[in-house]
Amino acid sequence: MRVDGKGRIDRTKPVSFSFDGRTLPAYKGDTLASALIANDVRLVGRSFKYHRPRGILTAGSEEPNAMVEIIGASNQTPNVRATVQEVFEGLAARSQNRWPNLTWDVMQVNDLAAPLLSAGFYYKTFMWPRAFWEGLYEPLIRRAAGLGSLSGKHDEGAYEKAWAHCDLLVIGAGPTGLIAALTAARAGADVILCDETAEMGGRLLSDGGEIDGKPAADWVAQTLAELSGLPNVRMMTRTTVTGAYDDGTFGALERVGLHRRPRPNLPRECFWRIVAKRSILAAGALERAIAFENNDRPGIMMASALTTYLNRYGVVPGKNVTLFANNDGARITARALMQAGVRVAAIVDSREDAPEEPGTTVHRGARVIGTKGRLGVTEITVRKGTTDFRIATDCLGLAGGWNPTVHLTCHMNGRPRWAESLAAFVPSDGAIPGMIAAGSANGSFSTQGCLAAGIVAARQSLEAMGHNTSDVDVPVADDAPYRIAPLWAVPTKKRAWLDFANDVTTKDVALSAQEGFRSVEHMKRYTTQGMAPDQGKNSNVAALAVLADVTGRAIPETGTTTFRPPFTPVSIASMGAGGRADGFAPQRFLTSDQASRDRGAPMIEAGLWYRPSYFPKPGEATWREACDREVRMVRGAVGVADVSTLGKIDLQGRDAGRFLDFIYTNTFSTLPVGRVRYGLMLREDGHVLDDGTTARLAEDHWLMTTTTAAAGLVMRHLEFVHQVFCADWDVRFISVTEQWAQFAVAGPQSRALLTSALGKAPGLPFMGVTPVTIQGVQGRLFRISFSGEEGYEIAVPTRFGEALFRDLTARAETMGGGLYGMEALNVLRIEKGFITHAEIHGRTTAFDIGMEKMVSAKKECIGKAAAARPGMVGPERDQLVGLKPLTDTPISAGAHLFAQSAVANRENDQGYVTSVCWSPTLSSSLGLAFLKNGRARHGETVRLVDHLRKIDVLCTVTDPVFHDPAGEKLRA
Amino acid sequence: MPDLIAKPALGRAPMTMAATTLAEAAWTRITSIAPFPGQAGSISAALAPLDLSFPPANRFVQSAFGRIAWSGREQAFLFGPEAPPNLAAAVTDQSDAWVMLDLTGPQAQAVLARLVPLDLRAATPGMAFRTALNHMPLLVMVDHAQVFRLLTFRSMARTAWHELQDALSGIDARLGLKA
Repeated sequence: MRVDGKGRIDRTKPVSFSFDGRTLPAYKGDTLASALIANDVRLVGRSFKYHRPRGILTAGSEEPNAMVEIIGASNQTPNVRATVQEVFEGLAARSQNRWPNLTWDVMQVNDLAAPLLSAGFYYKTFMWPRAFWEGLYEPLIRRAAGLGSLSGKHDEGAYEKAWAHCDLLVIGAGPTGLIAALTAARAGADVILCDETAEMGGRLLSDGGEIDGKPAADWVAQTLAELSGLPNVRMMTRTTVTGAYDDGTFGALERVGLHRRPRPNLPRECFWRIVAKRSILAAGALERAIAFENNDRPGIMMASALTTYLNRYGVVPGKNVTLFANNDGARITARALMQAGVRVAAIVDSREDAPEEPGTTVHRGARVIGTKGRLGVTEITVRKGTTDFRIATDCLGLAGGWNPTVHLTCHMNGRPRWAESLAAFVPSDGAIPGMIAAGSANGSFSTQGCLAAGIVAARQSLEAMGHNTSDVDVPVADDAPYRIAPLWAVPTKKRAWLDFANDVTTKDVALSAQEGFRSVEHMKRYTTQGMAPDQGKNSNVAALAVLADVTGRAIPETGTTTFRPPFTPVSIASMGAGGRADGFAPQRFLTSDQASRDRGAPMIEAGLWYRPSYFPKPGEATWREACDREVRMVRGAVGVADVSTLGKIDLQGRDAGRFLDFIYTNTFSTLPVGRVRYGLMLREDGHVLDDGTTARLAEDHWLMTTTTAAAGLVMRHLEFVHQVFCADWDVRFISVTEQWAQFAVAGPQSRALLTSALGKAPGLPFMGVTPVTIQGVQGRLFRISFSGEEGYEIAVPTRFGEALFRDLTARAETMGGGLYGMEALNVLRIEKGFITHAEIHGRTTAFDIGMEKMVSAKKECIGKAAAARPGMVGPERDQLVGLKPLTDTPISAGAHLFAQSAVANRENDQGYVTSVCWSPTLSSSLGLAFLKNGRARHGETVRLVDHLRKIDVLCTVTDPVFHDPAGEKLRA
Repeated sequence: MPDLIAKPALGRAPMTMAATTLAEAAWTRITSIAPFPGQAGSISAALAPLDLSFPPANRFVQSAFGRIAWSGREQAFLFGPEAPPNLAAAVTDQSDAWVMLDLTGPQAQAVLARLVPLDLRAATPGMAFRTALNHMPLLVMVDHAQVFRLLTFRSMARTAWHELQDALSGIDARLGLKA
């Protein structure tokens, strides 16, 4: 219910939201949790395993119980913590893990079956019979597992990723973080201050109290006003720092649009990568529960959460509250509630020496041993000495002590340190380079302690950066000592919950130890404690304390499990912002792109490029018809294709030829100016890296062509070789791939076409290059061929590419030719036995592809020595061959080869097929393949088997060059 | 005059949101100059008539004649004038290899913070960085704290525009919350 005059919500702005279809009122500034409490909704979810009725446990991002689905127009987000989700007009939330509804859930039978479902249940139950696993158990478990549901649709919401840089990152804006940020900001450092919640102030806003004799909230307001006026401070609310990574980099998730009605283009979330020279962890501490019988009923929650709900949101979840504590902290809650007119029936304090509290009864040395109330607590049973008595209550606050929020300090494998006086783990110094943990996050639990620690941490950070420090006086605030007598669990024979989210009880931990899983890491995996969405924030320390107790060890000796990033869940959509569908990678478009699409060409992706697959003509029903026509067109007349995607690297310098000799297996330094040579380059391990042609444009000027796929790879390789092996050589190179649009003109009519386009005959020998002027534009003409026909490639600066493409196309069509696409290009090169990366796939050598003679004996080159290692040459190698099926059957790339009479199994494998096509020129299927000792086996019949596609056909082994083996057409 | 029609990389009209404008810059001659070992000094001497000198790493030099920007290890891009003849350097034409986008306005840095991993606090006028625009190669030149010239591969122009526009529209929507 609402409490008048309390809270920081905006009562002038009422909003309505829905929960499980019920429309309910709230105010701007409410979280879903506070709004539900305001509406007296106690039951908000069902637990994971036993489907126990559950209520709100906390007021923060650590919430294990109140997880809901948020239903948007185009999004459905499961496992949203109601304590984090802010209410806005029209917000629709749905409870999860229940059917048919929250109050009456069929799966609550699991709770009755609890004795069967203890820790290790899976391992014991689903072991036999073995055959049941895949068919029965796994589908069953999959259906029962998981929390919440997905819409099954793409999340088309807007998400954002961004970078931020600063001198000092302050994580958490409670007293420690605020004063640390102020100290650093006044000194002129660039500060980023992040806080998870919508309003900075931390527990100063939750607990009230005074600073310098004034309400703490006034100090917060004054500090925030100063910070927001400073140009060197960036304040990020609703931003959770989720991970600490190398080199001062942090991940942080900002809720940009999740707290309001969707707006066009407004990101839902932004995933920040913050790079900071130094950081201060001021993330505070999390209050922990105490385990006792049936401690998981709705209405049982953290004492500190009660204060937060009252002071920040003006709501209380009960009219008659009791508190169960082992430290003085619960007194703040009791006083706040009583001051607001809420009855505090009693404080059950486990300490014999607990102080009295005016206005309520303190049961010293007492413990809660049980509760009642199916859908919400109605009564607790207390044991004091040997006396048991009952207290009627509708809300029980738990104050089991505080755990510093050490999580980020563990992200680089730092282990927290046990502080006996606090009965808690605190961060180890230096766990994250450049990070100082301060305030409650470091175990200083008083406001005064936090303020002092914040200033010290900021000054240390400033000094470490060589920055001047500033004058900030330590304000005067509450400095009560933290007095705690640890109490983790009240012994019971029944179930007392540790991990609410995953339904792990003290019994489960004891059972784990009893069955031999005594290590904390084993216990975690055996019981699933700490593996729920809250990642053990509420239960880790208590669970290991219970484990320590049952195994007779001390807590530090028992050790901790590892906190890993992210601190709170991060949506994949935010980390992959912009990367959905077309955003996955940059798209590279040719200058001819529109012209090709206008002709109906289906575009295929080649690396990042989009290239035309084929150019359909009216009446052609399949791609094959178009492809066959294009092949015949090139062989019979002339074809034009855009080959601009091939990598082009411009090399210059007196040592450029020498450099090429070192890069390529064959010699380039002897190539005359105006000529082009085909070259092969190896990786350092002796396998083929890439192939292509290099032209000598002038004495010290060369132009290398790489394959499309390896353009970047080759550039990187050249950089590596140059920088590492021959940095002092007189050679410079740069990519000019994007500078030139280049078109292949191939076929018996190619010379005629170029003569018409250039206004004169090209007059180039095979493998020649010359500068040309084409229609007033300076370009380059190469006589090279990837088709086996007389072929040219003409290059012009890219801005003229589209115009030249359209011009060449028109000329080709006038001459009975036209455009050809990637499919025809592939057929043409297979017919000619030319290789692509289907053949030089990274595991083949120059020997394998029949080019060992291209590895010059007269010089060294990258990869030469490694290519001569034993096993890299010889008859045992798979060697490139051609294949022709004996029957009119299609063959497939990926099929394997076997001796004609052999059984087609792995042991008998003789090789594999890399490329296939239907050759309209030879009216046959053709293949390129690697066959053991293949070059000696031309003419032999082998068996081609594709187990996947059910192909089994006999083929003749041939030379890989099927078309014009003498090369007469090329040189015509 | 060439008979072939020259086309821009994008041919799109400028776009303005949040008082910040994204525009495709007009075609400019770009020449890469990579001095041969030990020749940076002689390049500077040859550039002197243009009031330019070979720039140090991460800088560009501007004059009334043009601009020369550091573009990588032992390499710079000359914008505008033709390179002086007979330089002791590898010289290539890069005019058509890049799309040039101008990002101008109060949100320019915020846009770049969404796509470029650089610490833009160091982005003072006269700086030139080789970095990445999300997954694309980028040369960025800082003319002013609110004026950036971005060069990425011409073939990736559409993606670059789209990603910059996306970032800007997200920022615009954020600003709408505060307004």
